[in-house]
Amino acid sequence: MGTGTGGDDSLYPIAVLIDELRNEDVQLRLNSIKKLSTIALALGVERTRTELLPFLTDTIYDEDEVLLALAEQLGSFTVLVGGPEFVHCLLPPLESLATVEETVVRDKAVESLRKISQEHSPVDLEVHFVPLVKRLASGDWFTSRTSACGLFGVCYPRVSSTVKAEIRQHFRTLCSDDTPMVRRAASSKLGEFAKVLELDYVKSDIIPLFTALASDEQDSVRLLAVEAGVSIAALLPQEDLEDLVMPTLRQAAEDKSWRVRYMVADKFSELQKAVGPEITKNDLVPAFQNLLKDCEAEVRTAAANKVKGEVLPEDSRETIIMTHILPCVKELVSDTNQHVKSALASVIMGLSTILGKDNTVEHLLPLFLVQLKDEYPEVRLNIISNLDCVNEVIGIRQLSQSLLPAIVELAEDAKWRVRLAIIEYMPLLAGQLGVEFFDEKLNSLCMAWLIDHVYAIREAATCNLMKLVEKFGAEWAQNTIVPKVLGMANDSNYLHRMTTLFCINALSEVCGQEITTKHMLPVVLKMSTDQVANVRFNVARCLQKIGPVLDSSALQAEVKPVLEKLATDQDMDVKYFALEAISGMYLFNLPTYIFSETFSFSSILFFFFSFSLSP
Amino acid sequence: VQGPRGGVGGGNDFQWCFSQVKGAIDEDVAEADIISTVEFNCSGELLATGDKGGRVVIFQREQESKNRLLSRGEYNVYSTFQSHEPEFDYLKSLEIEEKINKIRWLPQQNAAHFLLSANDKTIKLWKISERDKRAEGYNLKDEDGRLRDQFRITTLRVPVLMPMDLMVEASPRRIFANAHTYHINSISVNSDYETYLSADDLRINLWHLEITDRSFNIVDIKPANMEELTEVITAAECHPHQCNVFVYSSSKGTIRLCDMRAAALCDRHSKFFEEPEDPSSRSFFSEIISSISDVKFSHSGRYMMTRDYLSVKVWDLNMENRPVETYQVHEYLRSKLCSLYENDCIFDKFECCWNGSDSAIMTGSYNNFFRMFDRNTRRDITLEASRENSKPRAMLKPRKVCTGGKRKKDEISVDSLDFNKKILHTAWHPKENVIAVAATNNLYIFQDKIN
Repeated sequence: MGTGTGGDDSLYPIAVLIDELRNEDVQLRLNSIKKLSTIALALGVERTRTELLPFLTDTIYDEDEVLLALAEQLGSFTVLVGGPEFVHCLLPPLESLATVEETVVRDKAVESLRKISQEHSPVDLEVHFVPLVKRLASGDWFTSRTSACGLFGVCYPRVSSTVKAEIRQHFRTLCSDDTPMVRRAASSKLGEFAKVLELDYVKSDIIPLFTALASDEQDSVRLLAVEAGVSIAALLPQEDLEDLVMPTLRQAAEDKSWRVRYMVADKFSELQKAVGPEITKNDLVPAFQNLLKDCEAEVRTAAANKVKGEVLPEDSRETIIMTHILPCVKELVSDTNQHVKSALASVIMGLSTILGKDNTVEHLLPLFLVQLKDEYPEVRLNIISNLDCVNEVIGIRQLSQSLLPAIVELAEDAKWRVRLAIIEYMPLLAGQLGVEFFDEKLNSLCMAWLIDHVYAIREAATCNLMKLVEKFGAEWAQNTIVPKVLGMANDSNYLHRMTTLFCINALSEVCGQEITTKHMLPVVLKMSTDQVANVRFNVARCLQKIGPVLDSSALQAEVKPVLEKLATDQDMDVKYFALEAISGMYLFNLPTYIFSETFSFSSILFFFFSFSLSP
Repeated sequence: VQGPRGGVGGGNDFQWCFSQVKGAIDEDVAEADIISTVEFNCSGELLATGDKGGRVVIFQREQESKNRLLSRGEYNVYSTFQSHEPEFDYLKSLEIEEKINKIRWLPQQNAAHFLLSANDKTIKLWKISERDKRAEGYNLKDEDGRLRDQFRITTLRVPVLMPMDLMVEASPRRIFANAHTYHINSISVNSDYETYLSADDLRINLWHLEITDRSFNIVDIKPANMEELTEVITAAECHPHQCNVFVYSSSKGTIRLCDMRAAALCDRHSKFFEEPEDPSSRSFFSEIISSISDVKFSHSGRYMMTRDYLSVKVWDLNMENRPVETYQVHEYLRSKLCSLYENDCIFDKFECCWNGSDSAIMTGSYNNFFRMFDRNTRRDITLEASRENSKPRAMLKPRKVCTGGKRKKDEISVDSLDFNKKILHTAWHPKENVIAVAATNNLYIFQDKIN
């Protein structure tokens, strides 16, 4: 329609998109930018190159999110400008995006530049791409120079040896830039650049740069050199490591600044892998011992996370840990800082698989026990959450005597988040401790949580019961927990009565049809006459939930009459949920108009509101 | 090393001349117009002021023109924006003033300029950028903004960028909030260009410039029991070159230097600068007047300067037991401390600043007087920011306060000083002898004139 005047209505949506590129509403601009490929497709390659891209090149005034989207789009625009032959047309807009102050935008522009660099022919790379990198590298502002650091690595392998030499020179210059921002960027890209360099140049060029950056006056630069050291070490043959890399790494492990030492501790596994077993044994293990004893808690925390020594040489791993690491670990168990202890607690159990049964019983068990009694709940929790590792080696029974008081204490912790955390480990503990132990010691805790005064705990406790039944079976449920749960239906507190309903919601499916019909359903039905409306509408919801578990005769004979009665309840919400249950269970073919307006949104809101108010 | 144009002027090297005055002339000063901070950017091309009304005004230096021979580049308004608004903390029933306590420029990183501005609670990062192009041409509208018939669109138009009059925009880039329980007194950008610190009465936080939802608390002097509180943090600053070093001063007149390399928490200082008190001059006011109101590292990073109520002290970072230089700012007020206590002036927080070559220092006083001290010649001078000699390039006459005895011609007696006219905030151009002096709601700019 409307084509009679010579117009083309297929252009209209595109015209809207183009106009919205400069709409005042950021969201519309953003939508338009995200559909840039549609616009480009409609304009054709020629107009995209000559009109759209020049316009986009100057759009860098926009909001960050728009610029970010633009930078991303341009990375996959090659086809839209006419294929690899014309890919260099994308460089100007990306170049201007690579100089903005927002790091995320710059990084995205660099990422797109790296991507399209691969689509340049070797000739185009030297004619168009490398000059761009050089321009950025010698830009006035550090934003452009930092962006340049990420681009050397992608063009280096594909250019002539003369250009290679220039690129190396530019990188060298940036490594000694005046601003720490650029030195940091260079430092973080050093490892990546080293990977594409010829080995000789790694030795002659990269090593001096690495040494210089690793002794930079700013610790923010030095700490990044640690990571570069890992990459470089992986590139060098073993015999060169000692002379070229190790002195610098040793120095980093003893740096004055805790942040640099922290980096060494944090990158320790990677470091071991890169330098190999010999140097690890002779050099890194003593360094690691020092990090475990570091005066700064942050460093000890990072080091404590690595005590398992995953990458230690297989044959000597046990000996190294026993003789060198374990003595430090013993001290850390009574560290003054809770974060150190809690980091240790999250990994210490893992040591048992490495050290075997006897060592675990003799050396580790006492440490576990100390940590189980730690004053900070987080430490105890971390031990408990990792019980499965130790279970495999020595069996959890060894621990049960100390475990129980720890669990009980956490279960009654004043902070509800701590209680919540321990509830989540209950199914795991139950599985490992066995049903007898559980019934004897832990069952009462699980039931007590059902009447906790914090809703989140009651909810978690309900879910916990379901998981326990999954583990121990329906019969166990019928004998131990179902009677207690159903008993709460007569509680004077309506919140506890509701908990019964929530438990039934959770348990009906795992308990199966028989228990549900015989034991649970009568209680639910009886509660339909509860005086509190919240209980009544939860009865309706509960009935809907357990409906699928029940057989149809029970549904027709028992559930239907109750729901019908609830559907005539005086309370709006009770009615609403009763009708919803009825329709949800397809008990009747209700005319749909019932749902149209009578039950407005406000009643639903009210429901949530009343819910959140319950203590 | 003192350059040829160092020094405080007044001698035979050069003289200070009036250049400009900004702000209303009216005697009636609106509270919101009172300037609360002054700061040059790193090149000196821009000068920012903040006021009690939460506004930031940025002045830009005009390019020096050949045809106006004696014009040395005046500062004209470049951008004005509302940085902070008054707020109300509903949880604590506290009003949060919009007053700008501090402005700090970031090192320039691209064509735009960035600054941090802080009121009592919140720090904001502002971008000030220029725009001189505008896109033109819509598909669905014609030049006059009338909608086109959508069915008459026969070709697609891509907007074209056309030059337009220069527009300066200030946009808030980041808001660093909710980290200070007490009033922010200092912000300072670190030399690593990625972090800055902010200090309030009891705590110092370290921020990453790109992260607004968390900061690291590096100093906390809040005692477990607030009744045991004996001192507060009055100012803090990062070292100009060593990214791991910062100092903070206290209301007890001491300065602590901390090394962030040593530990994540800097509760333990590395150096403690304190001058032993002279027992003979001890009085009821000793502690109040020894409280440090400002601390500034020299550009070289070797020295720092502290301002207390009556003096400015220069400390060598390598000597903790006493300052290497002490300059009296207005010693004649020592006999007036009682009345200054009664009118609360004794709690005024005077700031201080270095010149570009660290050879001279400047700080404010009362009666719209400000003081400069030449560190090499030990000469000092008192100048006045006043409209009376505000003719272009008029020389500033040195002023003298008469301290007892007979008042000479041109001298002012201590009793006739106006304590409502105080110069708390001053700034010195980082490279040239251009100074900006905030006198209540007026900003004076003075330049040197070489004889």
